[in-house]
Amino acid sequence: MTEHSYLIALLPLLSFLIVVFFLRWKEMLSAVFSIAMILVSWVISIIVLIETLARHGEPYEAYYKFIDLVGFVPEIGILIDPLAAVMLLVVTTVGASVEIYSVGYMHGDPRFSRFFAYLSLFLFSMLGLVLANNFFMIFIFWELVGLTSYLLIGFWFEKVSAADACQKAFITTRIGDLGFLVGLFLIAVYAGTFNYGGVFDSISAGAIPAGIVTLIAIFVFCGAVGKSAQFPLHVWLPDAMEGPTPVSALIHAATMVAAGVYLVARAMTVFVGSAEASLVVAVIGLITSFMAATIALVQNDIKRVLAYSTVSQLGYMMMALGLYGYDSAMGHHSPGFYAGTFHLMTHAFFKGLLFLAAGSIIHAIHTNNIQEMGGLFSKLKLTAPAFIIASLSIAGIFPLSGFWSKDEIVAAASHHPVFLVFTLLIAFMTAFYMFRLCFLTFFGEPRDKEKYEHAHESPKTMTYPLVFLAFLAIFAGWVGLPWLQSGFASFVYHGEPYHPHANWLLMIISTVMAVSGIGLAYLMYYKKSISADRVAEKFKPLYTLLYNKYYFDELYDAVLIRPVLAFGRLMWRFDGSVIDGLVNGTAWATVLWADMKQWFDKWIVDGAVNGSGWIVRQSGNIGRFLQTGRVQSYAFFALLLVVLVSLFKLEVGPQEREAGWPVLTILLAVGIIFLAILSRTIGRQPAGQETKQEEHV
Amino acid sequence: MEFPYLSSLIFVPIFGMVVVMLLPKENHKAIRWTATIISLIPMLVSFWLTWDYFVNFSGSAAMAYQEGPYSWIPSLNVQYFLGVDGISVPMLFLTGLLSTLSLLASFGITNRVKEYFAFFLLLEAGMMGVFVALDFFLFYVFWEIMLVPMYFLIGVWGGPRKEYAAIKFFLYTLFGSMFMLVSILILYFTSEPHTLNMMTLIETCPTLSHSLQMVCFIFFFIAFAIKVPVWPFHTWLPDAHVEAPTAVSVILAGVLLKMGTYAMLRVSWPMFPDALRTLSFWIAILGVIAIIYGALVSMAQKDLKKLVAYSSVSHMGYCMLALAAFSSVTAIAGCMFQMVSHGLITGALFLLVGVLYDRAHTREIAAFGGIGAKLPVYSGIMIFFSMAALGLPGMSGFVSEFMIFVGAFGALNKVLVGISVLGVVLGAAYMLRMVQRIFLGEFDKAKWGGLTEINFREIVTVAPLMVLTVAIGVYPAPLSNLMRATLENLVTLMAR
Amino acid sequence: MFYYLALAAALFAIGLFGVLTRRNVIGILMSLELMFNAANINFVAFNKYIATDALVGQMFAIFIVVVAAAEAVVGLAIVLLIYRNWRGIGMDNVNVMKW
Repeated sequence: MTEHSYLIALLPLLSFLIVVFFLRWKEMLSAVFSIAMILVSWVISIIVLIETLARHGEPYEAYYKFIDLVGFVPEIGILIDPLAAVMLLVVTTVGASVEIYSVGYMHGDPRFSRFFAYLSLFLFSMLGLVLANNFFMIFIFWELVGLTSYLLIGFWFEKVSAADACQKAFITTRIGDLGFLVGLFLIAVYAGTFNYGGVFDSISAGAIPAGIVTLIAIFVFCGAVGKSAQFPLHVWLPDAMEGPTPVSALIHAATMVAAGVYLVARAMTVFVGSAEASLVVAVIGLITSFMAATIALVQNDIKRVLAYSTVSQLGYMMMALGLYGYDSAMGHHSPGFYAGTFHLMTHAFFKGLLFLAAGSIIHAIHTNNIQEMGGLFSKLKLTAPAFIIASLSIAGIFPLSGFWSKDEIVAAASHHPVFLVFTLLIAFMTAFYMFRLCFLTFFGEPRDKEKYEHAHESPKTMTYPLVFLAFLAIFAGWVGLPWLQSGFASFVYHGEPYHPHANWLLMIISTVMAVSGIGLAYLMYYKKSISADRVAEKFKPLYTLLYNKYYFDELYDAVLIRPVLAFGRLMWRFDGSVIDGLVNGTAWATVLWADMKQWFDKWIVDGAVNGSGWIVRQSGNIGRFLQTGRVQSYAFFALLLVVLVSLFKLEVGPQEREAGWPVLTILLAVGIIFLAILSRTIGRQPAGQETKQEEHV
Repeated sequence: MEFPYLSSLIFVPIFGMVVVMLLPKENHKAIRWTATIISLIPMLVSFWLTWDYFVNFSGSAAMAYQEGPYSWIPSLNVQYFLGVDGISVPMLFLTGLLSTLSLLASFGITNRVKEYFAFFLLLEAGMMGVFVALDFFLFYVFWEIMLVPMYFLIGVWGGPRKEYAAIKFFLYTLFGSMFMLVSILILYFTSEPHTLNMMTLIETCPTLSHSLQMVCFIFFFIAFAIKVPVWPFHTWLPDAHVEAPTAVSVILAGVLLKMGTYAMLRVSWPMFPDALRTLSFWIAILGVIAIIYGALVSMAQKDLKKLVAYSSVSHMGYCMLALAAFSSVTAIAGCMFQMVSHGLITGALFLLVGVLYDRAHTREIAAFGGIGAKLPVYSGIMIFFSMAALGLPGMSGFVSEFMIFVGAFGALNKVLVGISVLGVVLGAAYMLRMVQRIFLGEFDKAKWGGLTEINFREIVTVAPLMVLTVAIGVYPAPLSNLMRATLENLVTLMAR
Repeated sequence: MFYYLALAAALFAIGLFGVLTRRNVIGILMSLELMFNAANINFVAFNKYIATDALVGQMFAIFIVVVAAAEAVVGLAIVLLIYRNWRGIGMDNVNVMKW
């Protein structure tokens, strides 16, 4: 069956497509179909796990080339090794439980079918992520998981808070993915392949410089920080609780947020190659875990407490993996890898259970606020025990599954005093806030009578998954009992198999911490011998700080979101004023230039043309006075001309000159002219007046 | 002689234009359907070409379906010379498809229907011509032919500020064309014997002196960069997009912008490798600025169409980044993928914006909210394409962006590429903000209760784009195989 | 011969003076006749003293007389038309050729 394990992922995809295209209007049928598909996947996962056990954990890999270009040959393939096999089973188990649970929880929702379609799409993406055999493919599904998370958080998008939350979740995780992406480019450039095996081989062989390995590790870890809601990108997960509770259980508690841890576990060889990067992972994990646990102490929304608890537990796992990487890089043995992955599995079960039970409580009493609950134990006969079992498990009480995995994490931290102290402190806080929840919810006097009266146990489709998961929350951890010869540790391991041994001292210390946490919660919230309000009053600044989640949202809003938006607006204004201004300015200058040219044309070029015309015209005007229109004056001018010509040009022989002819002729002509002018000037006056009168008429 | 497929791509739309012009002006229905049906011919021819090229020619980088060179203007040695290779075939495919879809999306035009469809067919002829021409003169002619219908399509059928937008577009592009013409003339007069044949010039141009190469390269770059548009030559784009009618925006984003990058790959990159080496870093910087800047400005937009327009600036910035990494086949292939995928995705986004605008008569993002409850199918499609635009895996945008980054990361300054990756987050931010403010949140029933769901014809126009987006995203191998030989050849040409 | 020529010159001068100064069209025509006749006298005189053999000068004089008669006819016809158009034969009125 292992060679057909791709079916595990493809069946939910099939159900998504069929529901979207064919069953959208048939609500029950789409739910049944989706559940059937995930159940088949679940069965295949069990078979695959058994076969993997039978192969003694020998990895199975199959792939084909996705796209073939020189220097870039990403593959699509599957890799079934113990880690993947376990993860597959975890995802399908929680997935199937949640889908069955949703039939009851989402009953009557107008987008019922769509909910199942989205859940199926999510399961496809998540299972694809687990099956992936290379970094490229894991990134693809990584993003798809982000998409479905976006769709499901925003499922009730009419709520403004949900619409904001889905956007916040997508963008915040995408910031982490940015780093992941850069890590992928580094891998592509330095390793030349995305295949896990190929990359790990070239790191082990020292083909990649140590500095680059550190960079790759840190960048890949960025992706995990985003997806697993680690500090400083943890802010999206509590808001993501705006989604329907089954979604919170499946995606934001059990599976998707675990993908970050899974990625770090997958890429463990890279982290082992760099002690610095591993230390970063461990420190980030510790900070996250501690910070989230402190915030969880004071929150009043049941789902938010669980969300911060999730963040805290994921930080725990990260820390374990980081410590493993650090110790291995230093050449020491460490249970960290086994502890982290083991806790990943047990946490998936009990946290899934916690959320589903919380959903059942919300379903019963229609509020998220634990201050309005109380005394519900008698009303919720199945939900309450399930919730308490899960709480005991997460608090790490013997012999529930949480005890075994948490104990290994404590063991992993045992060689690092600082880590050990904080780890135990976190264990204490975890027990405290979980039982604060339990006591406030199930015991004491009902604080809101009206809501209490209407509370009722949820339908069977919701309670049965609770029972099933409660069973797992108790027993799943037993596969990792330290006394087992071939337990979880010898199946899921990195490098050399780790053989756990029971460390009684640590077990006792961690149990004492858990029990004292529960005890304190008992005193404060059940017995009320210590007033919670008084404590809050006494540490007012601290309380306010924690209640406001260290003001991370406000900080990011002020430091990142507003500046980026403002910068965007600034750039837009820059675009409009400077760049476009330049363009429009050029246009304006061109138009101005054209106007100038027009002026020049009009007055200088045309002026020259018109001016020459004007000159001709004016000279014509002068000349026209000669054109009197009187034949006599023309004749007169003709005579004048003849005389002038003859004066200058007449060839006169000497004889004639002697005879005085020329003088005579000229005298004669001049005389006539003189007389003519004389007589004209005398006789002119009346004629001139006559002409003028005519013109006036 | 073989059937002149490439010529038919150019002349069938021109013939269609003539037919449309002969139809009676009042008969809108006949005009619309004639134009659409005639545009089916080049579309089917381009599909067939893509298929046939893939089967028969994709193994070699040689030009396929060559027509000519036939002497056209002998005294100038101008030739009628057509041919296609692995970079033009996808563009022809895109042009054929988007032209028909845009015509289908233009059925809402009621003003001067005849002129509109005639211009549209002329535009199609011009676009096809640019992608098949192998002679500079021919190339330039088609490049300019396209401007005319585009100018009128924006200027006559556009929005309130159409005149400004049309003139800005026209002058901007013409300004670039001027540089191109000068450069073409330089090439013509430096070649011996004088020729305008691109294939010959690709062989001879690298022997030009470095300074001459630089001049020609920069001139060509300005011409093409305006078309792309590369920051800071981009400001015509938002105006033109916002004012243009929906179908014209689709063509503008889907095909016209690609002509810039196509021309770079076809002309200036292989012809002037020396200049390219000198300037590639600066081109990369321009690309990175465009990516970040376009995304930031998108985020500040209040008009939905303007947001999509600025996202184009950002997305084409990826192309420039890839082109700067000219030594990597992966990056160049990524550029081609980005061209195709941006054509599909942004084309679809413009179509969808048009669908909403037709109903709501506003594109103000703030005016909407919670539309997802009223229009589930429309919202689903819009969110699908928004996700595609922000590079979600499984869709074509992711493949192209990833290839570009991987290629550029190996070939260029790593810090620079690392900065450009920020564009991925910013892209997600502006797209999701848009989705949130329009589709999510509370629904104002009094205001938008009358909105109607996307109709069948509109679904038909976007469905092929959806299918292709997913197909390329899930299985990009055919497209990459189609281009592979050509791209490898190009990279060797650029490495000379 | 001097006297002939002097007479002709005097006649010509008087005619010319008349042409240039008369207001009356008829007067101008008469002055023109004077100038013709001055020319005739010149022709006849030259013919007698310089080219005695041929009678070219005489011929020409007769020719001029004929032409002068014709000219007088045309001239008087024009005068008639002028009179009809301007109700007078004053030369000052006839300035239609003025620009």
